[in-house]
Amino acid sequence: MTDTTGTAARPARRLTPWLFLLAPLALLLTFTYAPIANMIAYSFTDWDGVSPQLDFTGAGNYTELLTRSELFEVFFVSGYYLVASVAQIALALYFATVLSFDVRFRNFFKGVLFFPYLINGVAIGFVFLYFFQDGGTLDSVLGLLGVRTDHAWLGTPFSANTSLAGVSVWRHLGLNFVLFLGAIQSVPGELYEAAELDGASRWQQFRYIIAPGIRPILSLSVILAVSGSLSVFEIPYIMTGGATGTETFVIQTVKLAFQFNKTGLASAAAVVLLLIVLVVTWVQRRIVPDEKVDLV
Amino acid sequence: MTRRAAARALVYLSLLLATLVVLLPLAVVLLTSLKSSEEMADGSGALAPPDDPLNFGNYVTAFRDGQMLSAFGNTALVLVVAVGGTILIGSMTAYAIDRFRFRFRKVVVALFLLAALVPGVTTQVATFQIVDSLGMFDSLWAPIALYMGTDIVSIYIFLQFIRSIPVSLDEAARLDGANAFTVYRKVILPLLKPAIATVVIVKGINVYNDFYIPFLYMPSEDLGVISTSLFRFKGPFGAHWETISAGAVLVIVPTLIVFLFLQRFIYNGFMRGATK
Repeated sequence: MTDTTGTAARPARRLTPWLFLLAPLALLLTFTYAPIANMIAYSFTDWDGVSPQLDFTGAGNYTELLTRSELFEVFFVSGYYLVASVAQIALALYFATVLSFDVRFRNFFKGVLFFPYLINGVAIGFVFLYFFQDGGTLDSVLGLLGVRTDHAWLGTPFSANTSLAGVSVWRHLGLNFVLFLGAIQSVPGELYEAAELDGASRWQQFRYIIAPGIRPILSLSVILAVSGSLSVFEIPYIMTGGATGTETFVIQTVKLAFQFNKTGLASAAAVVLLLIVLVVTWVQRRIVPDEKVDLV
Repeated sequence: MTRRAAARALVYLSLLLATLVVLLPLAVVLLTSLKSSEEMADGSGALAPPDDPLNFGNYVTAFRDGQMLSAFGNTALVLVVAVGGTILIGSMTAYAIDRFRFRFRKVVVALFLLAALVPGVTTQVATFQIVDSLGMFDSLWAPIALYMGTDIVSIYIFLQFIRSIPVSLDEAARLDGANAFTVYRKVILPLLKPAIATVVIVKGINVYNDFYIPFLYMPSEDLGVISTSLFRFKGPFGAHWETISAGAVLVIVPTLIVFLFLQRFIYNGFMRGATK
């Protein structure tokens, strides 16, 4: 940085970056760091979120979380979404590979696969409530195929969670797909041509050219999948409200905090979730060192 | 050769199947939105076409009784202010971090980096208390402040772009007597246009679709944005799937139009946003 303004302007010059950072830092501290600090503090109290009175309860909330099994069961629901995201990544990878080769109507298929990711979550919730309805879209299609069923798709915990996880795949597949496709297409085309000339099969092209090229995106997708399955909220909340065993960790936390006024306990739950997500991110960074991390 | 042909056929089959899986649930909702309540009750099934494909009665009901007009108005207001604010906040942060060397710079950078790892859903329990104590609960300011103040991805996007703007441009302007603010406004901001376009698209779609924040912070019915207003269809329209479907279609159509016109920018935008 050249400074031609002389010594008199130095203090002002030193102040300049802070003037630009004033508003951003104020917002960052108010809406990200202050809540984290408060949340950790609340988690050691029995505060109800309204009354001026609160008592320090030590690790009481945390022991309650770990010992009351129904509070912990929500983690099993995350399992459905985790399995679904594995399928989602595999499908996205398949479609990205297929569409990176010469295929007719490529842009149409690309658009169709990506569009669900852009749709409003509440609208998706309603579309699929009707889809799984008794006599709705799914039953009608099965009827056309000659399968008569009166199965209540959202009626049992297993069926409901599987259906909701399916909706989640339907909604989020597009982002993974477009990310993979972008990574594949950034591999120079001559590489494929050279491989083709050398007689490499499609599978060999995938294994030795595509796979190494998409590693960073793949590891990003895995971390998004894990933290995403732990913090599922919209789809189950809109579609079932958490009924029939579809309650997720975030739905439970929101209910604890805003319906049952257990701010202390809800904060402890949120701290646990935050720690898990941070640990997962840290582990992922350890396993796959990302060269792009050093941003500045 | 036949093996290749068979593989090709399978590929197209899988693509067609995927297209069907994506489009069928949406198409059925479109069909349903055009049916009358008598048609819904006559047992013709979900896949039956409507008697009158130009029956827009349900849309009128959804628009009028579902308060969709004020919902679109509120969404537009929040969207414009929040996206505008995000652009200012993000570009100012990027400018300060990239173009100046100052004490505690590393600390500031670390604060922003670390914040990107904190999923917003986890901290709402405590964020709620802060928003409430600032008197913003149940007002349009709550989502505006939260969208503006917690968007780290946009800062990343601006940082990436600002690095590609040669510092010599800043210096030339400085030699002409411009101060830091003039450089930011006259040199940096105009050259950040591609980044601004990306942020407008990614942020705009996120704000338009967000449900969690307006649901938590704006319980008043007249403060409904499209997500929360559509969500409220569940109550009064209960089993009236034709009205609910019309509401859902009303919400999806603007997204579809934007997508069809801005496809290329949208793909690039989300790629940049996610790989930050």
